[in-house]
Amino acid sequence: MEYVVALLVLAALVALAVSVPLRRRGQAERLEETRVEELTAAKEAKYREIRDAELDHRMGKLSERDWRMVDGELRGEAVEILRELDALEGRTPG
Amino acid sequence: MAGVGSACLTIGLFTALYAVGASLFGARTGRREWVDSGRRAVYCLAALCVGAFAILESAFLRSDFSYALVAEGSSTSTPTFYKVTAVWATQDGSLLLWATLLALFAGAVLFLTRRTLRDIAPYATAVLGAVAAFFLLLMVGWENPFDTLAVVPSEGAGLNPLLRHPAMMIHPPMLYTGYVGFSIPFAFAIGALMTRRTGADWIRATRRFTLVAWTFLGTGILLGALWSYSELGWGGYWAWDPVENASLMPWLVGTAFLHSIMVQEKRGMLKVWNVSLICATFTLALLGTFLVRSGILDSIHAFGASTIGVQFLVFIGCVIALSAVLVISRLPYLRSEARLDSLLSREAFFLLNNLVLVALALVILWGTFFPLISEAITGTEQTVGPPWFDRLATPLAIVLVLLAWVGPVLAWRRVTPAALVRVLLAPLAATAVVLAALLALTDARDSVPSLIMFCFVAFLLSVVGQEFWRGARARRTMTGESWPRALARLTGRNRRRYGGYLVHVGIGVLFLGVAASSAFLQQRDVRLSPGQSFSVGDYDVEYVRPTARLGGDRGGTGAPIAFGAVMRVKNGDRTFTLRPSRNYYATADPAKGAISRFFEGEATSEVDMRWGLRRDFWLAVRPDLVSLQKPIARADREFSDSPSDVQAIVISTLTQLYREKPPPATFRAIVSPLVAWIWIGGAIVLLGALVAAWPSPEARLRRVRSLYKARLGRELTRA
Repeated sequence: MEYVVALLVLAALVALAVSVPLRRRGQAERLEETRVEELTAAKEAKYREIRDAELDHRMGKLSERDWRMVDGELRGEAVEILRELDALEGRTPG
Repeated sequence: MAGVGSACLTIGLFTALYAVGASLFGARTGRREWVDSGRRAVYCLAALCVGAFAILESAFLRSDFSYALVAEGSSTSTPTFYKVTAVWATQDGSLLLWATLLALFAGAVLFLTRRTLRDIAPYATAVLGAVAAFFLLLMVGWENPFDTLAVVPSEGAGLNPLLRHPAMMIHPPMLYTGYVGFSIPFAFAIGALMTRRTGADWIRATRRFTLVAWTFLGTGILLGALWSYSELGWGGYWAWDPVENASLMPWLVGTAFLHSIMVQEKRGMLKVWNVSLICATFTLALLGTFLVRSGILDSIHAFGASTIGVQFLVFIGCVIALSAVLVISRLPYLRSEARLDSLLSREAFFLLNNLVLVALALVILWGTFFPLISEAITGTEQTVGPPWFDRLATPLAIVLVLLAWVGPVLAWRRVTPAALVRVLLAPLAATAVVLAALLALTDARDSVPSLIMFCFVAFLLSVVGQEFWRGARARRTMTGESWPRALARLTGRNRRRYGGYLVHVGIGVLFLGVAASSAFLQQRDVRLSPGQSFSVGDYDVEYVRPTARLGGDRGGTGAPIAFGAVMRVKNGDRTFTLRPSRNYYATADPAKGAISRFFEGEATSEVDMRWGLRRDFWLAVRPDLVSLQKPIARADREFSDSPSDVQAIVISTLTQLYREKPPPATFRAIVSPLVAWIWIGGAIVLLGALVAAWPSPEARLRRVRSLYKARLGRELTRA
């Protein structure tokens, strides 16, 4: 009996919890928020790579020529991310 | 409350299945609300599993023997700490622990990624839900931890005495956290393959979970080794036991994965390799659980007697099949975005390091399963022992330490030979000095593999030390900071790199301890009477007198009887006392007499040792109870129906008899150099992993800002 009662109560609670999004409306505008999050994470990763390369150069592991080449590539990739971020943030509210 | 616990598992199973269905439906139809509903189902699953676990823990703490599990694995005399941890000493309880940890991890990662990876996350939710459903199905269908007994016993069987050690009881949750943690990157890898979004996004989102899983699994492995060293009576910490190997294999492949994902993040390379590696890591984690829980390691015939072995095999087969189909079908989307620029590059050596790690895992896999395969084919089990593993694993381990120092000195894409030579000069000089010192001042030349390992470790430590020094110097040049501040800021702003260097240092130190303690260990087994003595290494050991104790054992394990010895140990002008003993636990076997059941149950060694940074002195005793057999048999005949307080007096008299007329006892003494550095190395690895995993201040600030921005966006839309 304890098992059956607990089964019914827990089932009702779970059903209530999982049905909340199904009763809500208006999800479309959040697509851009998530893309902004993803691009921001990608931007930070790219900045980390730029700093890594600079540190490797200062520590003598990367020659000047190699560092300038790598740095240029990484900065170009970062700029592309920033462009897309600026475009998105210009469209989202706030 | 057993009914409530059981209901939690049943509803949990259906909730997990709902999470699978809702997430897949939402992903296929583009209906976001179903994806969110599936994610909420995982949150509910976490709550249900935690609730079930709490109910079971409560039953153990209350010694509620109406629960079959509590009656089987605990007793009223079990110390409280071991009551708490006894939950996962049983198969049913360990399955519940697995499911609970998985649900919590899944809930955490899905909460953290609820605004990102919109395409991948639903498939990851489905995978995590499916894995959770499997474990819940095992419990609901076959191994329910909430089964109750029709006839409730007044006392339980008690916890297996071998498990009554702190390290051993923390070891399973650590291992399971590691196994479960690897399910997160696996699930997201499957999601990435399903959606063909095979860039680095899924790696970035799950990297910390991977690192946490790897750290916990490694800690669990080390705790198991520590338990073996300090609890079992053989004096070693690693025996290439199949159960040990089962946990090491996913850790090795997981280590390879942690390195190679950096290559994909930086260069967009090794995509096929990475998804294959994480699928292999998760499969090995499941295999590890299967090996321990299926009974197959005792014998292939014991496997048939297990209630869940076949189910595990089927599930592992499905995981392998799904992974293989997805990887093969998505090959066009897994092409590298760049090529290897130079063999003298970090990515080239990471790949080499990966190959060595995977080779080591394959060697261990073969050695672990060979006895089972030979038994299945020939009918007789052919064992593969430690010498076979040592012969193959030692050279691979040496190569690994070699590669561990190469990685830090190289840069991404390429390093010129001239720059490499410049960077290696100082470490090479330091290593030459160390080599000369080892040859002149120690016996290291007696073991060439160990000497090579010592030199490689010295080189590794020099290289990493140089990295910290050069990095801090470069920062001081830019900022003018003091040395300590420059070092702290350098590490803080480059946590992944310098945390990783610390991990390498820890691994090197650990291998140093392993090499020294394996090659230069000295051991003696002797049989002594009180007053006699022996020597081992430069230690002189005297058996002073026997000991016999009722209750109150040092380790707090609840052993009713302990026989041991007081030993005086002299080393040069230092003298110390050790008190090894052997604990005896009563058996519930009705065939044993009322008195003899206290002496003929399980017995465990309580080792005593003197720890030291240079070496450990380890001592174990095995008392000989033959002289007590006749008095015990007589006591069984005369006092079998006596009250328990009278029986206690009889047992006390027998222990006194042992003290007064002790027969010779067998002792094992071991002098182990540098063992402590294994545990110290492990602690350094843990520290390095924490540094590498700790979020940067910028990342924390970004999360706070994005929460406010998201909230603003929602509220403006509703207005």
